Amino acid sequence: MIALSDYLILGAVLFCLSIAGVFLNRKNVIILLMSIELMLLAVNMNFIAFSHYLGDTAGQVFVFFILTVAAAEAAIGLAILVVLFRNRRTINVDDLDALKG
Amino acid sequence: MSNVYLAIVLAPLAGAIIAGVFGGAISRAGSHWVTIGGVAISCLLSALVYKHHVIDAAPDFNGVVYTWMVSGGLSFEIGFLIDRLSALMMLVVTFVSLMVHIYTIGYMHDDPGYKRFFSYISLFTFSMLMLVMSNNFLQLFFGWEAVGLVSYLLIGFWYTRESAIFANLKAFLVNRVGDFGFLLGIAAIVMHFNSLDYATVFGAAADKKDLTIQVFSGVDWSVITLICLLLFVGAMGKSAQVPLHVWLPDSMEGPTPISALIHAATMVTAGIFMVARMSPLFEWSETALNVVLFIGATTAFFMGLVGIVQNDIKRVVAYSTLSQLGYMTVALGASAYAVGIFHLMTHAFFKALLFLAAGSVIIAMHHKQDIREMGGLRKYMRWTWITALLGSLALIGTPGFSGFFSKDAIIEAVKHSDLPMSGYAYWMVLIGVFVTALYSFRMYFLVFHGKERMDAHTREHLHESPAVVTIPLVMLAIPSVLIGWFYVGDMAFGDFFGTAIFVRPEHDVLGELSRDYHGAWAMVMHSFYTAPFWLALAGVSVAFVFYMLRPQWSDAVRRHFSALYTLLDRKYWADELYQNVFAAFGRWFGHLLWNVGDVRVIDGAIVNGSARGVGKVASMVRHVQTGYLYHYAFAMFIGLLGLIAIFVFLRLG
Repeated sequence: MIALSDYLILGAVLFCLSIAGVFLNRKNVIILLMSIELMLLAVNMNFIAFSHYLGDTAGQVFVFFILTVAAAEAAIGLAILVVLFRNRRTINVDDLDALKG
Repeated sequence: MSNVYLAIVLAPLAGAIIAGVFGGAISRAGSHWVTIGGVAISCLLSALVYKHHVIDAAPDFNGVVYTWMVSGGLSFEIGFLIDRLSALMMLVVTFVSLMVHIYTIGYMHDDPGYKRFFSYISLFTFSMLMLVMSNNFLQLFFGWEAVGLVSYLLIGFWYTRESAIFANLKAFLVNRVGDFGFLLGIAAIVMHFNSLDYATVFGAAADKKDLTIQVFSGVDWSVITLICLLLFVGAMGKSAQVPLHVWLPDSMEGPTPISALIHAATMVTAGIFMVARMSPLFEWSETALNVVLFIGATTAFFMGLVGIVQNDIKRVVAYSTLSQLGYMTVALGASAYAVGIFHLMTHAFFKALLFLAAGSVIIAMHHKQDIREMGGLRKYMRWTWITALLGSLALIGTPGFSGFFSKDAIIEAVKHSDLPMSGYAYWMVLIGVFVTALYSFRMYFLVFHGKERMDAHTREHLHESPAVVTIPLVMLAIPSVLIGWFYVGDMAFGDFFGTAIFVRPEHDVLGELSRDYHGAWAMVMHSFYTAPFWLALAGVSVAFVFYMLRPQWSDAVRRHFSALYTLLDRKYWADELYQNVFAAFGRWFGHLLWNVGDVRVIDGAIVNGSARGVGKVASMVRHVQTGYLYHYAFAMFIGLLGLIAIFVFLRLG
């Protein structure tokens, strides 16, 4: 039997991985997007774990919605990325500092 | 009658508005006709009111014309109190004003500001009438300030002259000092009587006589004394009493008709009128009466002395005005209010006459005013000479002339007063008679007699002034000579003012005097045995010797008493004192507020400082904005962690 805590640890590990991805990645914006998706997946994992543990399906319904929205968001993110590449001819994160004060 | 009162006030106002606001639409002659018309209507109706109230002895009118607002039980009204006192004042004011209007046609003939001038003097007449006809303190204050404003405008009438601008600013500022006291006095009245209405306040005055108030903790002040002293500060400003006298000599920068109307006959007597009107208050305060006596006596004597050494013809008359205002104030202090008003009236005539005569001389001298450059004008200007002589005789109190009756009554009244200050005041006004005669006849001899000291060019053009100038002189000379005969019995020793003036029985010096009064003729005859007559004669003789027989003596005296001469010539250094102490302090304080308060604190620290502070903080904080996504993400996570940590600790800790 896999305990609830194992799922939660998995979620936390996934979350930390994605954070590390956001912080450490200096080259590629696509990896940033992927890390963000991974973050959402970590959250979804927690939702499902709690849903099962508590016997309440509402958490799973949430996950469906989150996945759907995340897919749409990813599509938009990629589209923005394409436009960004067209304008800047780069997707290197270190070069994208137009907001510098 | 209420409509008549309104018409008296509004006719000059209408004239002022037409000549002032619509001056472009009417000709020069139009502007003087419309204003003279307004004042003439006012004068005729005032004569009617005078007949109605004084001769036919109609009951006093005390009514409200318009209620401006009612606030907290206090009503702000425009109303008229027409009794014998105000009826007399109205007649004097409008008559002198009318004479001055006519005279102005000649005096200001070539002035580019002709219409503006007529507009101002009509506005002045309106303001002065509002002041004297008022039945409440609010309207009194309105009139008080309005005459001050017109005085300011007219002193600075020739506004391109720097000295005129200096003088009108000075008049304005010195009057502010007085008006501040006046306003505080009115505030004290409202505080303790809860009314602005004369009748209510005067009616309650006797009940409040023992009331005290602590202005500074630990010292009890009588409320009535406090009110009276504050009101008298106002009178000192307006009536140019020491130490607020400094503006009046400088006000001679204005055109001469103004000096006659505003700074001799009417506005400066507003303070005298006000104190007489407030007699039901002043009567309950011995302290205030003593102060009034002291200030008046000091002004009467010491300002007269300054008049002896002045060389500007108008300034001599101005110092004479100060001195005579001092006499009136002394009369008020001795509780002889009626005599104060009597002297006010006679003085209005003969002093306006003297000023207008001086103006006539100035016209002939091509606007030169130094009496050392005049002399012998008697031959060239018959009418001016004879009227000026009559005016001077009235001023020094020659028996039979109007000034004699009023001045003698003042001196006698002070003599009979029991107040502690009356001894000082008596000697001051008595010696003042000698001084008055000396400076008056010094000026008279220097101007009209002796060697002709003007340059040849001026002498060739000497001629009598036109009829519009000489007719008012004659019209004023008649009352200056005769009016005393008709009024002395009634006004000084009779019951002319009735209930308008209140005197407590223990202060009633005039009642005492009236027992010894046996008609005007007896008074004239008796005067030959009294000191004032001989003092006046001595003054004239000294002037005659020093300026006619032995002109070199005056230089010798000046050299021998150079310290005294300098003291008088510098006018006791009052101007220097005020300019170097009070004005300098004001300027220093203003600079301090400007440089420190405004430039440094408000502009520097608050306005520019806050902008600079925001900029400085922003220039530091902007380095946080690196533009790198991972820094923003990091900040978000740290923030989130922080919030969660707080949440957890608060919930669980």
